[in-house]
Amino acid sequence: MTLTARPAAATAPKPRRNRLQLTASDRFVYVLAIPLVLILLVYIVFPMIATVFTSAEDGGAAYADFVSGNSRQALVLSVGISLASVLTAGVVGTGLAVLLTRFSFPGRSVLKVFALLPLALPPLIGALSFYYLYGTSGIIPRVLAEVTGVPASSLSFDGIAGVMLVHTLTMYPYFYLSVSAGLSGSDASLEEAAMNLGASRSTMWRTVLLPMLTPALVSGALLTFMVSMASFTAPQFYNVNTLTMRIVAAKTSGAYDLAAAQSTVLSVVSILFLLLMRWYQNRRLTRSMSKGTPQTVKTVQGILPQILAAIGSAVIVLVLAAPVAAIVLLAFTVNGTWTTQIIPPEYTLQNFIDIFTEPRSLRPLLVSSQMSAVAMAASIVVGVLTAWVIARWKGKGAGVLDLMIMLPWALPGTVVGINIVTAFASPTPFNLGQVFLGSLWILPLAYFIRFVPLVFRNAAASLAQIDPSVEEAAQNLGAGPLRTLRTITLPLMARGVIAGALLAFVQGFGEYVASVVIYPARFVPLSVEIYNRQYANDLGTAFAYGSLQVLAILIVLIISEVLEKPGRFTRRRRRTGDIAETAAATAA
Amino acid sequence: MNSVDLENVTKVYGGSTPSVDDLTLTVGDGEFFTLLGPSGCGKSTTLRMIAGFINPTSGRIRFGERDVTNLPPHRRDTGMVFQNYALFPHMDVAGNVAYGLSMRGVAKSEKRSRIDEALAMVGLTGYADRRIDQLSGGQQQRVALARALVIQPSVLLLDEPLSNLDAKLREETRAQIRQIQQRARTTSVYVTHDQSEAMAMSDRIAVMNAGVLHQVGAPREIYRRPATSFVARFIGRSNVLSGTVEEAGTERLSVRLDGGEVLQAPVSEGTLSARVAGGDAVALSVRPETMRIEAVPEGSGTVVGGVRATVRMTEFTGSSCVIWLRYGDEDLLATIPDTDDLPEAGDEVLLRPDTARTWVVAP
Repeated sequence: MTLTARPAAATAPKPRRNRLQLTASDRFVYVLAIPLVLILLVYIVFPMIATVFTSAEDGGAAYADFVSGNSRQALVLSVGISLASVLTAGVVGTGLAVLLTRFSFPGRSVLKVFALLPLALPPLIGALSFYYLYGTSGIIPRVLAEVTGVPASSLSFDGIAGVMLVHTLTMYPYFYLSVSAGLSGSDASLEEAAMNLGASRSTMWRTVLLPMLTPALVSGALLTFMVSMASFTAPQFYNVNTLTMRIVAAKTSGAYDLAAAQSTVLSVVSILFLLLMRWYQNRRLTRSMSKGTPQTVKTVQGILPQILAAIGSAVIVLVLAAPVAAIVLLAFTVNGTWTTQIIPPEYTLQNFIDIFTEPRSLRPLLVSSQMSAVAMAASIVVGVLTAWVIARWKGKGAGVLDLMIMLPWALPGTVVGINIVTAFASPTPFNLGQVFLGSLWILPLAYFIRFVPLVFRNAAASLAQIDPSVEEAAQNLGAGPLRTLRTITLPLMARGVIAGALLAFVQGFGEYVASVVIYPARFVPLSVEIYNRQYANDLGTAFAYGSLQVLAILIVLIISEVLEKPGRFTRRRRRTGDIAETAAATAA
Repeated sequence: MNSVDLENVTKVYGGSTPSVDDLTLTVGDGEFFTLLGPSGCGKSTTLRMIAGFINPTSGRIRFGERDVTNLPPHRRDTGMVFQNYALFPHMDVAGNVAYGLSMRGVAKSEKRSRIDEALAMVGLTGYADRRIDQLSGGQQQRVALARALVIQPSVLLLDEPLSNLDAKLREETRAQIRQIQQRARTTSVYVTHDQSEAMAMSDRIAVMNAGVLHQVGAPREIYRRPATSFVARFIGRSNVLSGTVEEAGTERLSVRLDGGEVLQAPVSEGTLSARVAGGDAVALSVRPETMRIEAVPEGSGTVVGGVRATVRMTEFTGSSCVIWLRYGDEDLLATIPDTDDLPEAGDEVLLRPDTARTWVVAP
């Protein structure tokens, strides 16, 4: 029995240190980490390094080429377009967010649904539908030409303007989502306090709301910039020579070292932005502390303003719905009949019938779904286990592993393609002697690399909602680490993982940007086939394929909505920024 | 023998100050033993080391003769009730209770009867098929208790299991836990920061602060004979007056307070009071209810057996009066039976502690 404060310390012999500092579950984490680190090294990190080496093969000749040739202009153009996209997408996204969270007007609820529609656009078919809506031979310019008599070509969006239009209308959701979350998350009592202390409405916006929205705006901007730098499909259709276009061109002409140098530059920019974004997210501290007073919504008063608001919402809804509507419309076009008419003159179901009855037409559908399914399976295993290891790893290694698995998320699809080409063209110790070029496995590999971050993020988010003491309870009752993982942790993660996996699947199903760089001639994936059909003027078939992609995305979005409803198992809501970031993974 | 032995157990996290510092104690077979202390005192770390979730930096942990120091949690055969219950949300009540039995390979028919038995013990008969989110906080707490007890663990560990319940339920449940424990005679280690909970439930209490064990003893002993000024202040209310030993006798010792007054305290074998010598720095613990308040005698000099203090405030609480006083730089507290002539704020009074209930503690 101890009677004074520290008697034992004085009398006891020097206690011997325990040799075994790790508990069983700690050791299990590290054992599991080894194969995961190996996989991430071989398939994600080494290919990047391989590209860097290839780019430097001729003693930097490729970089000299980069600086003196048109690559530099391409880089400047890419950065310029990306900055402009941040601005336009920011204005549209923030405007919509303020409108929809702070005002009540006729058409608000419909607009709210359609505001997220761009997320359902697969990259290739999305850009294609913009092309046929607003491009030189597009529906809208032709309608306007009919009405005004001005030639359609001067009313259309072409070149850089076309790219900007696609970027604005597909990337504004990053701002819309993060700003809406920021606005509805902010506490009305803060605004009331500011106004109670004498701030006018505009001063309150400037001094209270805007500073609180800064994190949302910054992450929206960084995301838009990254996605825009990676953009390939829009530049391809409008023939704008961005860096991604140059990479594919260099690779196609066999200038591998130049393609590698261009990829390296683009990777560096993208990774810097990824790091910037993470740094910013970890730094931000502004969080509302109070329990929250519900936000007040300002109702639009008066007949005339209401009518104007209704018309305005209707127009916006039309603009937002137009790309999907165009895809569906064009899917029923009889191939080769649409020439100079405003809209296609003849319609048929034959395109869909052909896809499902002609083996040649069905094949791309099967190729994409099978390749994507394989990639999804691998993503689930690696993504879930990595999320678990990171969550339970006590030490610095967790951050490294996290960065490794999130890297591909920052990499443009084009770069992922080039990395695979350079790393798996011939057997080396780094790729463990595996050669994938021209093989069945190259597409699943690309889809795995591109979309494992998606599964990982979802798995990590659902894991964060599980109370760690639940795992401890299982161990306390006699379950070993593996058994705890199997009987407790995995079942609790299931909903989030399934949602993430489905999202990864549907992304692989529609993948174009990396596929076009690497696909083997025997295995043409769906999006490449869409491009080929469009090129061959089989517009109806191309859009029929595209509408199937849209359908698949919509189904998956609905399922994940159901799955991710604040479940009965969850401990806390997921972080608000996550939605926008997950959305960004779908972009191209 | 399901005793728990901690021998020189130390846990140091990254920094240099240990979270648990050289802790040695023994929990007897069938005993209800409480680790008590303010948050951050190391009590939960200690419990988690017993459970095996944390490995001690040094020292040994034994269950009876068995050294479990390096044994993983799932092989220790303890049953733990977590602060937030940690029920498996994807299983129903029966599934939760059955989990530990399945891990032990208990046969299906026996499992069924043991689940029923455990649920009956915590008063949840008929709840086997309920989902966890259909239960109230108190019911969840009892499921957690049933889940821990059904495996008949060699040691039952309870980590602040009542802290998420409201006050009324907390008192009912603590009585229930105590009854169940006494019936099963399971060796139990209970962690709490609530001293009244500890006093009401425990056979013995270990009081900890900042990673250091201050005292182990039965509730009454700890209250009456605190070992240190920390224990005196943490268990109940106490006035702690520091001073130096002036004269150490065999029955009584005299302590000169820093303010100059001399107070006396009894000497008891085997405690600090018997070990101190003249000149040692000590403190006296005086419980508020053991002080009398008197008028300051005429011709004031130093009064033996009393201190002068100024009344700051009086509170009438019904059964008694609480008087807040100022003595030098310190605030003192006295509770006296209600009387018509209470002193008023600003009055100078003489406080006279009951010598028999004054106690010498380590400063």
